[in-house]
Amino acid sequence: MYKAEINVTLKKSVLDPQGQTVLHALSSLGYQDAKALRIGKYFELIVDEKDRKTAESRIREMCDKVLINPVIEEYSLQLTENAVLRG
Amino acid sequence: MLKASVVVFPGSNCDTDCYHALKDVMGMDVSYVWHKERELAGCDLVVIPGGFSYGDYLRTGAVARFSPVMESVRKHAAQGRPVIGICNGFQILLEAGLLPGAMLRNRGMNFVCKHVWLRVDDTNNLFTGSLDEGSLLNIPIAHGEGNYYCDADTLKRLQNESRIVFRYSSEEGSTLEEFNPNGSVENIAGILNEQRNVLGMMPHPERATEDLLGSRDGRRIWESILAQTR
Repeated sequence: MYKAEINVTLKKSVLDPQGQTVLHALSSLGYQDAKALRIGKYFELIVDEKDRKTAESRIREMCDKVLINPVIEEYSLQLTENAVLRG
Repeated sequence: MLKASVVVFPGSNCDTDCYHALKDVMGMDVSYVWHKERELAGCDLVVIPGGFSYGDYLRTGAVARFSPVMESVRKHAAQGRPVIGICNGFQILLEAGLLPGAMLRNRGMNFVCKHVWLRVDDTNNLFTGSLDEGSLLNIPIAHGEGNYYCDADTLKRLQNESRIVFRYSSEEGSTLEEFNPNGSVENIAGILNEQRNVLGMMPHPERATEDLLGSRDGRRIWESILAQTR
């Protein structure tokens, strides 16, 4: 079993209205040192695969087909071995 | 009689509005098609209505595009027959790759629900073929994610191929930034696919078909479809 931790953000070239709004809120609360903020999402995905290479290519396929919209989003992926299923 | 199918997903909520407008007001032969069905009942026109299919989980329209019915919608479109996606329907068509680009949260993060003016920038298609270029339509919008985005190359293509059908404007037809309700690039409110038979638009023409609703301008789009689909 492999655990994938996938962090998704809007591409740098895409304006993030949510991040902008929250950054503005921070600054109006007095956090003038907050200079840039981008909001994304996080997936924790466990796959039942024997080897790392297959696990990674399956996960990237799932990202490209479903989890991510490549028109506006990009992601980073971290893989851990010996993942345990919980819950 | 023109046969229209209104596709219904879990979470669609403009399906009955579309049914009413197309059947009772426009006189089409309308049927609902549940998202699990694989046949479109031999229809001429496919309508993908607004709403919050699958609770907008993951991304708007992202789950709906995997519904069994979407395979038939894809085939229908590939045969050059008309498909119109309204609001969430537009978002679904984008996610399905039947139209280019993507939707972002509205600039300002508000859900915007109001009547807007649309300028018709293209009439070389069956959805606006009966209108004059530059016509102005008063049609309501109601969405939180209608901030249309595409990269510079895609925008250039859309412009060069005259695939931008509707742009948010003033009552006089000005498309200055101040008449942009959601931050969409170039005030885009509706676009066509390359073959010009698939239209996605954020405004709701089904909600503007009777005086009681404040405007009848939406009829002009349905009338155009009726006239051009003979």
